[in-house]
Parts: sequence; structure tokens; C-alpha cells
Amino acid sequence: MSEPLALSSPVGPGRSRALPAWTRHARAWVLPLALLALLELLARTRYANSDALAPPSQALQALAGALTDGSLLSATGFTLSAAALGLLLGSAIGAALGAVLGQSRRAAAVGFISIELLRPVPSVALIPLAMLVFGFGAAMEISVVAFATLWPVLVLVQAAVRQVEPQWLEVAAALQLSPAQRLRNIVLPAVLPRLFVALRLGSAVALVVAVTVEIAANPNGMGYALMMAQQSLQPALMLGWLGWIALVGVAINHGTLRAQRALARRMGEPAVAG
Amino acid sequence: MNHNTSRFSARDGASSLALLAGLLGLWWLAAHAQWVSKVFLPSPEAALTSLFDGLRDGELLSWTAATAGRMLAGWGLAGLLGVTLGAMIGQSPSARAWLQPTLELIRPLPASAVLPIAIAMFGLSPTMVLFVVAFGAMWPVLLATVHGLASVHPRLYEVAGALQLRPMQVVWRIGLPHALPDILAGLRLSMTVSLIVSVVGEMLASQGGLGQAILLAARSYQAGELYAGVVLLGLIGFISNGALAMAERRLLRWQRR
Repeated sequence: MSEPLALSSPVGPGRSRALPAWTRHARAWVLPLALLALLELLARTRYANSDALAPPSQALQALAGALTDGSLLSATGFTLSAAALGLLLGSAIGAALGAVLGQSRRAAAVGFISIELLRPVPSVALIPLAMLVFGFGAAMEISVVAFATLWPVLVLVQAAVRQVEPQWLEVAAALQLSPAQRLRNIVLPAVLPRLFVALRLGSAVALVVAVTVEIAANPNGMGYALMMAQQSLQPALMLGWLGWIALVGVAINHGTLRAQRALARRMGEPAVAG
Repeated sequence: MNHNTSRFSARDGASSLALLAGLLGLWWLAAHAQWVSKVFLPSPEAALTSLFDGLRDGELLSWTAATAGRMLAGWGLAGLLGVTLGAMIGQSPSARAWLQPTLELIRPLPASAVLPIAIAMFGLSPTMVLFVVAFGAMWPVLLATVHGLASVHPRLYEVAGALQLRPMQVVWRIGLPHALPDILAGLRLSMTVSLIVSVVGEMLASQGGLGQAILLAARSYQAGELYAGVVLLGLIGFISNGALAMAERRLLRWQRR
């Protein structure tokens, strides 16, 4: 049932490539398409009146409806901008702290206990507090995302800064650079590739946390739309949103990975040429 | 990290504690000087009083136990399922080729996004929350196990072939020990996910626990109780993380020699 479906599906730039690559790409789609076909079948026959299952074809229709009434774009826009602003805030604080703690053993030792006590607080525990302080809206979501993204960025940047070649720091000392100059001209260029790795991981965390905040409390965005579809007993719309959220997550992961690789290539070029 | 703690001298410890005391002092000052409204920021002693009162009358203690139990049960299930499924997929190159792209597609999906679907399917019940915790926390372990098994050196499989080991023995004696560092890292991430999904599940499905308690405290403007709950959640995270880090160090001692 699934095999011909998968093979006839339009998967990637098939013709121009060699056969092994083509079959590899095709193979990746067999299982998802088989599962979708199975769900379509079950939802049309055995679970025709279910509040939880709906045929994927109807989910797609419901999603198209959300696109035409504008809710798809506005909810996606809300979630993505809250996640992005939270990531920006969290990673700015995290990178600044990480740079300080990475450059000075003393600072790292002083901050150790406070950081190790704050870091394991689950980000969702701050949702009620953020609700109390900011009320519903973008600010509460941004603050929770910022808290969640701060720690991984801090840890990665601290490790990156600590591992900067000691010889480069000796050069900075010989040139009598000020701490600010040293940070700008020596440390920052050295840790830039790993800073982007931190940002990429942070972006995945940011999206997950933003959607979670919307599901748990904040009446905005994609998470809330998913929750509302469930509460109004619209399984097609609910599964449509779930699929859309998954798609947005995959697209962001893919996009940031490509951006990071492109950047690493560009930064690598002068070194190779020189 | 490890080097950090081992070189932690008494002087460092004292200054580290001093910073913590300073931060607490700042909190005390901010609360008493009313820099921040009392509605958001209770004084440290008010939060501490709520914490001890709640622990003494047993309510807070039972919620803490409920949340920690949910987290551990979900994590245990996730670990069991993740390692088993991961070993089944990881030991066969063709299973990897067919299944791994789909697994990678599910990975970025927020675990809490499964909650509405689970509520629609199973209703608001403790089992439903446990199911979602286990489902959400399973992915880090599963993907780590697959990755760990996939990176076993082909030479080792040739050795296994020469020794005429059966496939189960290969997985058990060569594959899983090799994948252990990956699996332990996955289990650690999985513990964090378990705690998060437990808390969100309690908030949404009105299951008794710290998640529900802090949400209700915020809704009734009981800042002291809210902070007490957040402190306890932080403690659960701190202890579970620390215990796993310790277990990891002991289990991986053979690696470092």
C-alpha cells in the first residue's frame, strides 16, 4: 500500500542525481507516508467519529482554512517573534556572562554556586511567575524563553572562551590591549563559530519553550491555537496545527544548520587562502 | 565542568557563597524597600515561611513527591523504551536507513504539543500525563542510542563475526557499552524533559503536584507559595541532575583510565 505511494511521490531533485541518492531520499519518505495513509484509513473507517483522530487530508484542509482566515500566519508570527526576542535577550545575557566567566577563573569560581543553583530550575516553573509579573502577552513568553536559552548559551560560550589559544592571549598581553580590545579583537573572532553553535541550539530550545508557554498559559500563538482546537473538539484542526508546529520546527532546525555551515565555510576561507 | 569542581579551593568556595549571600541580600533589600511590588516579590523570609509551613502540614511535601514520582516514572519508561527501540534500530543499517529520517522529523517537535492530542485521546488522567512524559522524554535517549550504535567501528563488528557472536550478544557486549556515553548524555537530557513535561502536564490536566500548585498560587496572588514551589522544583532539578552526573562519572570511569 505504501511503497508505490512513496515512490511516485515528488521527492527532491531526483532526476539529475544518481540513483543511490534518489532512493535514499525516497526511502526517508516511505515511513511517514505509510503512517499518514494508515491514519487516513483508520480515521475514515474505525474512528470516524473520534474527537482525537482525523484524516490527514481533512487536517490539511483545516490548515488551509486557517491560512485563509489569517490565523495561521498571525499565530506563527507571534510565536516566532516571541521565541526570537527571547532568544536574543537570553543569549545576550548568557554570552556576556559566559565571556566574563570564561576569561577569569576567579569569576567562574565566584559565580559557581549561584549559577549551579539557578540553572536546574525548569523554565516552565517560571510561567506562573511571569504571568503574575507581566500578565498575558508577549512579555511573559519572552521572559521565560530568555531564561531557558540563557543557560545553554552561557555554558557553551564559557567553554569556548576558556579554550581560546593561550598564545593568542599572550599576543594580546604583549600588545598591551585593554580587556575590551582583547575581547573584540582576539576572543570574539576565536569563539564566533562556537557562538553560532550555541545560538543554533538556543533557537531549538526557544521554539520548544515558546510553544510550551502558549500551551500552558499564554492565550496567543501556535501553542494556544493547538490547545483551542482540542478544546473545541476539532480534531482535524488540532492535527493540522500539530503538523504545522512540527514543520516549523524542522524548517528552523534545517535553516539554522545550513546558516551555521555556510558561516563556518566563509570564516574558514581566509584561513585556507592565507 | 569536572576540572572546575576538582580545583575548587576553600577560598573559591567562600567567595562563591558570598556572592550567593549577596544575591539573597539584594532580594531582601528589593522586597523590603518595595523596589518591586510585593505581589511579585515576597521577602525571602516570607517565601521561606511559606516553604516550611507547606512542608510541615504535608501538602507541599506530597506535591513534591507526586511531581518527582511522575518525573522518575516517566523518565524510567522513556529510558527503557528509548534504549530498547534505539538498540533495535541502531544495530541494523537498513533499519536506520528507513527509520532515522522520520525520527529526526519528530525530534524538534515540542513534547508538550503532544499533550492536547493525548488529552483528546485519553482524557485528563494521571496515566495520560505519564504517557506524554515518557513519550516526550524518550526521543533524546532513542536518538542517542541509535547514534551511539551507528558509530561503532566496523572493525569491532568484524571481530564479533570472527567470534561468531549472535546479534543479541553483539548489541549487548559491543554495541551498548560503546554507546554508553551517548546514552547517558541522552538520559540526562531526558530527565530535564521529564521534569518539564510533568510540570506542564500537571498545569493542564489538573493533576496534583507542584506544577498545579504554583499555577494556583499565581492565580490567587500567593507569591510566597509560588516561590516555595519554584524553589522545590529547582531542588528536584538540582538533585536529579547532580545524581545523574555522579552516576555518569562512575559508569564512565573505565573510559578515562
